Amino acid sequence: MKPARFRYLRAESVDDALQALADNPDAQILAGGQSLIAMMNLRLVKPACLIDINRIWNIGYIDEEGDGVAIGTLARHNDVKHSPLIRERCPLLTEAYESIAHHTVRNRGTLGGNLCHADPSSEAPAVMIAVGATLELMSVHGKREVGAEDFFLGTYETARRQGEMLTEIRIPGRGADGWAFAEISNRHGDFAIAVIATTLRLANGRCEVARVVASGVGEHAARLKPAEDALIGRPIDDARIDAAAAAAAGAVDPHSDSHADAAYRRDAIAALTRRTVSRAAERCG
Amino acid sequence: MERETISVTVNGRAYERAVEPRRLLSDFLREDLRLTGTHVGCEHGVCGSCTVMMDGVTARSCLTFAVMADGADIETIEGLGTVDAMHPVQQAFWEKHGLQCGFCTPGMLMTAVELLKANPDPSVDDIRDTISGNLCRCTGYQTIVESIQHAAKLMREDGP
Repeated sequence: MKPARFRYLRAESVDDALQALADNPDAQILAGGQSLIAMMNLRLVKPACLIDINRIWNIGYIDEEGDGVAIGTLARHNDVKHSPLIRERCPLLTEAYESIAHHTVRNRGTLGGNLCHADPSSEAPAVMIAVGATLELMSVHGKREVGAEDFFLGTYETARRQGEMLTEIRIPGRGADGWAFAEISNRHGDFAIAVIATTLRLANGRCEVARVVASGVGEHAARLKPAEDALIGRPIDDARIDAAAAAAAGAVDPHSDSHADAAYRRDAIAALTRRTVSRAAERCG
Repeated sequence: MERETISVTVNGRAYERAVEPRRLLSDFLREDLRLTGTHVGCEHGVCGSCTVMMDGVTARSCLTFAVMADGADIETIEGLGTVDAMHPVQQAFWEKHGLQCGFCTPGMLMTAVELLKANPDPSVDDIRDTISGNLCRCTGYQTIVESIQHAAKLMREDGP
């Protein structure tokens, strides 16, 4: 099928885009278009107006910020995937990119667009929650920050309000954390059946901080608190890893579809939790 | 109906056309420029048949509006080679039977060209990973992988 008709506006700057958003309440932002245009072709969505931000030259950066990283909303997936700075400061994201989309889609698709699209099986939202990223949203009225954990509200639904644009993704410094990402999908690069992203910090041999974040098994990426609670305050041994895996499986209420039924997804979550927690613990070193 | 005027270079030739914003780059190439070598399979970014080169890197032309390509340098399968002077990748697909029906071939070739530009000696895993975004329903992929390996060899021998 072909997309429905829409008005096309091209923004040359962030201010341009914000003004266009304020003037056109029916408008959507067009970034890489790798999800949006697919959905428009299928007429799952019919935005009346698109604001193309691809010409804005200064929002595709990947920069140091303190001991963390600031990523402009238009940074293309392949630039983030191959960034030495990201590999050094947020290796969990680099590892996740091994499972994110196919090369040609990554040439055009953007990290900011991916997060705003909020696909329930997407990898990047889980990583952002696991590393405690902060998202900067701007409108003509000013800017505000939202933690990744509070950004994802439902299937294709985020805390971004009408008139707002995601402008920057900020990832805090990694410190001494261990981390691991694992995914099960039917084919490499396809939509995930289940995802777990885990970050850990150990102190005196005991787990001090744990984040175990799932994607693909609910309306949006979310922390599995019972799995985290099973780890915190104790040494991470095989018994703890088993307990976390069981708690993770119990904490999700997955759906069934043609790719996998709910029981399979729940088993996958247990297996992925076991894999990521043990690998993250090893990396804490 | 509102139209936007765009200027694009396709295979080295400059075009200026008025297009509806909703015109997909794939349809622009096929219907407005009559360059039907770029194939349209799934039209939602899954099959990879419509892959073209946009400013030096591959893009799904079905997931790009023609207006987004304003000012861009596009290369399609028509720009790769001719029957009499085939590109080494075309030569290799011919010699190694990298196609049967040929529907996926334009996208496979553009994807392979991009890979070999970045990596003149790719492993089988590199090749399989790169073409994982291109579906073929005939060959079982084995001969495509062999074709790309052979193309890499031809291009290395042919190189400077």
